[in-house]
Amino acid sequence: MKKHLIGLLVIAVLLIGAGGAVAQDVTLEFQQWWAPELPEGSFRALMDEFEAANPGITVELLSGPYSTTRDQIVAGAATGTMADVVGLDGAWVNDFVKQGALSDLSERMMEAGFDDSELAAQIQLDGSTWMIPVVNFIYPVFVNVDLLEAAGVMPPSTRAEFAAAAAALTDPDNNVYGWALPLSLEQPNGVQNDVMSWVWASGGSMMKDGLPNLVGNDLLADTMEYIKGLYDAGVIAPGAFSMREQDKVEEFVNGRVAMVINTLAHFNLIRDRNPDLNFDITALPAVEGYDGPRGLPYATWGIGIGSNSEHQAEAWKLVEFLMSESANSKLSSIANAFPGNVNSKPDFIETDPLFEKAFDVFQTGYLANEFTGLPVAEELMALFDEPLQLYLAGDLSLDEFLEIAQDEWMDKFE
Amino acid sequence: MKIAAARPANPAWERHRKRLLPYAYLSPTLTLLAVLTFIPIATVFLYSLVDNVIITRTPPVFVGLDNYVDVLTDRKFGGALRNTLYLAIASVIGHFILGLSFALLLNTRLIGAFPKALFRAIYILPWVFTASIIAILWRLLLNPHGVVNFLLIELGLTSQRIEWLSDRSVALQAVTFINIWAGYPFYMVSFLAGLQGIPDDLYEAAKVDGANGWQLFRFITLPQLKPIILSLAMLDFIWTTHQFTLIWMTTGGGPIRSTEVLSTFTYKAAFRSNEFSIASTLAMIILALSTIVAIFYVRNQRMTDE
Repeated sequence: MKKHLIGLLVIAVLLIGAGGAVAQDVTLEFQQWWAPELPEGSFRALMDEFEAANPGITVELLSGPYSTTRDQIVAGAATGTMADVVGLDGAWVNDFVKQGALSDLSERMMEAGFDDSELAAQIQLDGSTWMIPVVNFIYPVFVNVDLLEAAGVMPPSTRAEFAAAAAALTDPDNNVYGWALPLSLEQPNGVQNDVMSWVWASGGSMMKDGLPNLVGNDLLADTMEYIKGLYDAGVIAPGAFSMREQDKVEEFVNGRVAMVINTLAHFNLIRDRNPDLNFDITALPAVEGYDGPRGLPYATWGIGIGSNSEHQAEAWKLVEFLMSESANSKLSSIANAFPGNVNSKPDFIETDPLFEKAFDVFQTGYLANEFTGLPVAEELMALFDEPLQLYLAGDLSLDEFLEIAQDEWMDKFE
Repeated sequence: MKIAAARPANPAWERHRKRLLPYAYLSPTLTLLAVLTFIPIATVFLYSLVDNVIITRTPPVFVGLDNYVDVLTDRKFGGALRNTLYLAIASVIGHFILGLSFALLLNTRLIGAFPKALFRAIYILPWVFTASIIAILWRLLLNPHGVVNFLLIELGLTSQRIEWLSDRSVALQAVTFINIWAGYPFYMVSFLAGLQGIPDDLYEAAKVDGANGWQLFRFITLPQLKPIILSLAMLDFIWTTHQFTLIWMTTGGGPIRSTEVLSTFTYKAAFRSNEFSIASTLAMIILALSTIVAIFYVRNQRMTDE
């Protein structure tokens, strides 16, 4: 009888133990577009490392293309099925915060006693952090060295040098143009990366006191006139009004465009598509006489936590892991990006001279993307894009263009 | 052995059962219709009557028909509506001409069975591709450095590269052409089936009466195909007014809204401006426009059946 009782007791303890273990197991959904853009299996390997360090937490990756991730997060937030952890673009943050879809990361950091001094940046609204940039891709100017040498020009450092180089490089009979300007309304991010970046590179801004400052902004007006000058000179590749970012890269890869403002994320893509292409990078040209730090446009793989997640603490553990010095170094190394942790060092800087140069550009400049955190940021780009196209086509004067853009933007800030 | 006598049926229950039985058979379909059609339409209609939904923390405020007034008085909506009508009408005409021409060619007795099968396969190819593949294909072909410009320049038809998808004066015509190219095989297959169903006796009798080729086509082929033509035209009109992928992936509604159609306008309102109530209003307006054409379609079908 006693034996039976002990046996029953052992079984009961085992069952309770097993039940307890099951109850502690948590599966985190992580929705992002990163895994498809990284070498196959590399991001999963990083998640396996996290799982090994955090027994009881499993990460389920929900991966998809960048273009559909935002729509899925919007739909998920509206229906209460948003993933626990989400990959974010800085341009989306304002909208998601407005929707109440994101968890306040300042609170999560405080609860976990996290020291945020290692974070290179935090995207804040109303005094709280909603997104942390995990890795950053800067947008320097890519130049086709062979074409530049053939035309006898050096990589430009100022706007005047850039205009002169673009004119010397343009040869329509051989389908070669100096610069590519993607202004497609399907992907209006050309306004951010290829238009406003000229303003930021000379230390300028499109905002003032948190509101649009497009009218009466001399540097911005000069920049638009400068771009119109390039357009009128015929040094911009044809098809600009429907050109997308990937078309721009394709034109550069095929040697039809000599200079493009492009993300470092495309390094491997360019090398894969045309291994013989001899290219270099340089900082975005600034106005003559400007010797201050140059603003560098950048894209971010940011991270946030869904406000509807039932596993806030576990979700924060995953964020903390990705922002740790070691994991962040690994991720930035496989993504060819610059780290979001100030102490992390990606290995490519020492092995690839072009990345070493990019790192120099990164260190001498500052990250500048004023669209990050703005309401309906992508719509703002499109609203600027339309009158810009009319201005370039000669249907609007500079003042009319900027006034229309200012009015359209102000509507979105009300 | 005892056999239980069948229990006499309750007459009232039998009457109820007979009355309810058809609804029981219909219930799976009705449930699907409710979940997939009626509930979403009702939800979108309710969204169109409030100030905003989904990307907002404040509870929606009932605004009546204000969103409809805003949309209908927006000049961008007017432009999108005009472009949609142009795209739909030109596509229907283009599909009809190309579809009927190829169907007549494939129905001829002048060529053998093998070349006929070969051409049938070639002509139907555009229908096999998805809209995204078609968009990529034509973006490459219509690139300023693409094959189309190369051929036009080599043939001396133009001296400079035309920016087909970037020039406001030709972009809408270019996407309309792509849409016509993508959709004519459906007409072709339908017309071919119709042509093969026209009795030879009619043609033979007309020939005996001295009718020429044009008269045979005008007074026999076209009238015989009329029910198919009407049905296809109305369905095509509805489908084309909903065309999104092709426009979005070729021009995104640009340059400068010159190819903006109602579907791209609605998408931008929802997913770019986060104005889901305005997008819902646009969706209801598109539904109303489509319903008008659908009513004509159903009436035409009824008349054909009778």
